[in-house]
Amino acid sequence: MTKLLAILFASVLVNNYTLVKFLGICPFLGVSKKVDQATGMGIAVIFVMLVATAATWPIQTFLLDRFNLGYLQTIVFILVIAALVQFVEIVLKKYLPALHKSLGIYLPLITTNCAVLGVTINNMTDGYNFLTSMVSSLGCGLGFLLAMVLFAGVRSRVEEAIPPKPFSGIPITLISASIVSLAFYGFAGIVTNIFG
Amino acid sequence: MKKSNIVLKGLLKENPVFVLLLGTCPTLATSTSVISALAMGLAATAVLICSNIVISALRNVIPDKVRIPCYIVVIAGFVTIVQLLMQAYLPSLYEMLGVYLALIVVNCIILGRAEGYANSHKVGEAALDGLGMGIGFLLALLCMAIIREVLGNGSFAGMAIPFLKDHCIPILVQSPGGFLVFGIMIALVSALTNGKAPIKKSFDCEGCPSAKACGKLTCSGCANEEKEAAVND
Repeated sequence: MTKLLAILFASVLVNNYTLVKFLGICPFLGVSKKVDQATGMGIAVIFVMLVATAATWPIQTFLLDRFNLGYLQTIVFILVIAALVQFVEIVLKKYLPALHKSLGIYLPLITTNCAVLGVTINNMTDGYNFLTSMVSSLGCGLGFLLAMVLFAGVRSRVEEAIPPKPFSGIPITLISASIVSLAFYGFAGIVTNIFG
Repeated sequence: MKKSNIVLKGLLKENPVFVLLLGTCPTLATSTSVISALAMGLAATAVLICSNIVISALRNVIPDKVRIPCYIVVIAGFVTIVQLLMQAYLPSLYEMLGVYLALIVVNCIILGRAEGYANSHKVGEAALDGLGMGIGFLLALLCMAIIREVLGNGSFAGMAIPFLKDHCIPILVQSPGGFLVFGIMIALVSALTNGKAPIKKSFDCEGCPSAKACGKLTCSGCANEEKEAAVND
């Protein structure tokens, strides 16, 4: 249990995928203008990460590893994720139209989100079992959501300020991201100190 | 367009990183040292040229509806080749780049060029475009890496620089420094070109296959359409 908690907190705070490991920067900068959009995107990412891990872990363990096809990992994973996202979208549209309306527009964006592919590959390289893989994916997704929502808040203030002309737009956004990232930097070491 | 222009536009005018703002993730993640930036840049360039050639050659064969999955398969194939070659001949670099090597698959630059250029141009032009964009990416990565490694770690490509070694700013090689240097570089490019470089006000990734869906979220006009469509449903 302690190990699971340690993995969860480590992936939410210490190794935050967006602010520390630089995965999923495009949606982080693109969809963080409003807090409600940021929340929607974050929840959709958590959902896809969990589904993707639940699908790729058995594929890697029972198919690729058993038949010595480990070198196909990259191709298989990206195709599985792409197909899965499409499938989830179709299912949601048919059976849960309300949920599809709130999450649906975010789903196509997530196929090429490097955070999702990154988390599935990292779970394999870290040698996690099924349970720890799922917990680590949940943590990464939560970390993404946290970063998105925090940054959306910061950004709504930044939008009102007028920076020097060359800095307006993307540059000032990146510099505010740097400061938010600095805040997360303060969490380094917290997990080893709490969980030993 | 003249052949030299196809290559040169990727270097400055349409630099994929500083002007088109594509491929931000690998730019930030692998620019901590000159060596890893060089390796990442070369690996991505190789994949970009090969995938541009193949996609351009197959542009009349691939059905329009399933083109994105087809591109992803082609790109993933070349990424796997690069991964295997690197693992065999340059194992230390392979370790250094880690997961980011596999993530070349989802690099917006490569999919963006496939969608935005290779599928509508001849093989030769597509190859040159891949070369130009790849070198543009490599140069941008090197710029970032030189600034971050020299000032942040007091070394260049692993060799210590005497005075700077004792007076470095370590935060620059950490993640906050990545965002900071990247922001300043984009501002610098924008200032040097007097704002003529087509830096987008919003983060709309031109040529990114997700741009359509992205636009729905970011531009208000489309958001209204979305609402109307929802009402019509």
